[in-house]
Amino acid sequence: MNSVRSIFSRLEIDERLLGMILCLVGIWIGFHLLSDGRFITPRNLYNLSLQTASVAIMAIGMVLIIIIRQIDLSVGSMLGVTAMIIGVIQTFWLPQILGGGHPLIMVIAVVCGITIGAALGGLNGLMIGYLGVPSFVVTLGGLLIWRGCAWWVTQGQTVAPLDENFTLLGGGVYGTIGETASWICAIVAAVVIAFAAHRRRRRHISFGFPVRPAWAEIAVVVAQCALPLGFAAIMNAYEMPAVAAQKLAEAKGWDIPEGGIHIFMGIPIPVLILVALAIGVSLLLNKTRFGRYVFAMGGNLEAAERAGINVKRMTVWVFVLMGALVGVSAIVASARLQSAGNSIGQLDELRVIAAAVIGGCTLAGGAGTISGAILGAIVIQSLQSGMSLLGYDASLQNIVTGLVLVLAVYIDRLYQQRRPG
Amino acid sequence: MTAPLVEMRNISISFGGVRAVDDVSIDLQPGEVVGLLGHNGAGKSTLIKILSGAYQADKGEILIDGKVADIKSSRDARDHRIETIYQNLALADNLDACANLFLGREMTSMGLLDEPAMEAAARKVIGRLNPNFKKYHAPVSALSGGQRQSVAIARAVHFDARILIMDEPTAALGVQETKMVAELIQQLKREGIGIFLISHDLHDVFDLSDRLSVMKNGKLVGTVRTQDVTKDDVLGMIILGKQPGAAAA
Repeated sequence: MNSVRSIFSRLEIDERLLGMILCLVGIWIGFHLLSDGRFITPRNLYNLSLQTASVAIMAIGMVLIIIIRQIDLSVGSMLGVTAMIIGVIQTFWLPQILGGGHPLIMVIAVVCGITIGAALGGLNGLMIGYLGVPSFVVTLGGLLIWRGCAWWVTQGQTVAPLDENFTLLGGGVYGTIGETASWICAIVAAVVIAFAAHRRRRRHISFGFPVRPAWAEIAVVVAQCALPLGFAAIMNAYEMPAVAAQKLAEAKGWDIPEGGIHIFMGIPIPVLILVALAIGVSLLLNKTRFGRYVFAMGGNLEAAERAGINVKRMTVWVFVLMGALVGVSAIVASARLQSAGNSIGQLDELRVIAAAVIGGCTLAGGAGTISGAILGAIVIQSLQSGMSLLGYDASLQNIVTGLVLVLAVYIDRLYQQRRPG
Repeated sequence: MTAPLVEMRNISISFGGVRAVDDVSIDLQPGEVVGLLGHNGAGKSTLIKILSGAYQADKGEILIDGKVADIKSSRDARDHRIETIYQNLALADNLDACANLFLGREMTSMGLLDEPAMEAAARKVIGRLNPNFKKYHAPVSALSGGQRQSVAIARAVHFDARILIMDEPTAALGVQETKMVAELIQQLKREGIGIFLISHDLHDVFDLSDRLSVMKNGKLVGTVRTQDVTKDDVLGMIILGKQPGAAAA
């Protein structure tokens, strides 16, 4: 055990993250065996990534909320009301002004979605930061209020069908970036990872700080580069259903070879959105003053205040960010369903918080990672879709998800206690 | 003789009719340590919070280098290079030494935190104060009390404090740690920094201070040179509020 630990420490790998990845691989292999090889297939992993995207996007924001020792119970309901409003805008209002199918409809709906989400989040933040109402209370109220408002938008009527360009953002059959672009994205990502690692190492050496041994550095970079490349390979191995491929080829005017056309899906757009946001917010959290202050607030609010940090304003901005991410989730979730019903996003707040907590956020504040929260979201979604693949119903899925949540936090606690220092 | 680094003249402040500080004058020379003593509620913390900008005096004035200084906020105090080190409140436990050292004043390049530059600066300043300090990457919750004080003091020193206010600097520390803080204070004195040590416990500050100012019930009992008095003399001042006659400086 000690020698394993010393290897990790030489590699400077986050043991916790590695543990979660191993756990996830275990879950996947388990389901794969139980389902006679139906789980680890390009098709299932494609769907899994789509199903995870909405909750994972919100989990990014929840990490910051929990780090500053707050909570947001209203994200599911905010998602609901935002999705309903942008559904109405793109289905009832804009087609009358711009004409149906106008490309601007999607753009306006997206801008509205993010703006509405950010505004609702800002409202939460103002009440928590400046009026001093506890976040649990404010957002518990919001949970009820915004769900009610989601119903009021259309008196409970489901809005459908949504704009065609808009639904691409949900990652349906045509909602991917295609085979070539997927490879390009993955290769660019790998190059950036390698370049950043190289630059960081050079800078550390120039300051005379200790660095990893070269073999360890290379091993870590290779492992990190394998992630985008492997993901692209899997998504590119999923072949578009023949009928859809035929339609697409006809629409684009491509020649259809004998024996039918074979098109491979590639990376779905919602996953690309998720990755972009995760990278962006990770940079914000780990490389900027804003992020440093977020951690400081969770570690010692009074020290943060004494250091000249405007903690009230910071609180508002963290909730605005959460709201904006809820807006993005509302776009992705409704686009995937190609409709907006007033129950959309129901109970998402619990999945989002569970993802963040499984991913290593402690509710005492001051700690949490975005990569962990996203892994947490994947774990939860893997359990749910794995069990439905095996034919278990929703009640058992909930029981298992709940058990895993409690178990994950318990194991983490044991681990933290045993940790030296 | 040059003007004192700090002079607080005839300071008074009341809260709802209660005179927390009543016509108190104290001063501090460069490279000097003045212990400010008194029971809880004697007014020593209130007096020093006027210097650090948390409160504003009703009457009296503050002179820095002989010039009247208008200190309305902690930012003003910082502009006058006055830094306060609080007993337990100063550090964010989940952040490492570098992050705490620069909290609120981070170095950036192109909008992003410049971690290597901050680490280099932190190693320089903390290493100067405490050559044994090694744990630059551990969260400060993993540090000992003395190491935490090193970080807090380094934070003040790095931003060019000339006047340091230390609130109960050794209260929660063991023997070794207290020795470490005493060495830190000697180091700061050599650099010409003036230090106010606030404590309700005489034993914490007696050996560290050049002079002692004692307060009781909002009034200054007196200021004495540490070398001229015994601990019993000072205890008499704290408890009974009586001047040790000839020893008054």
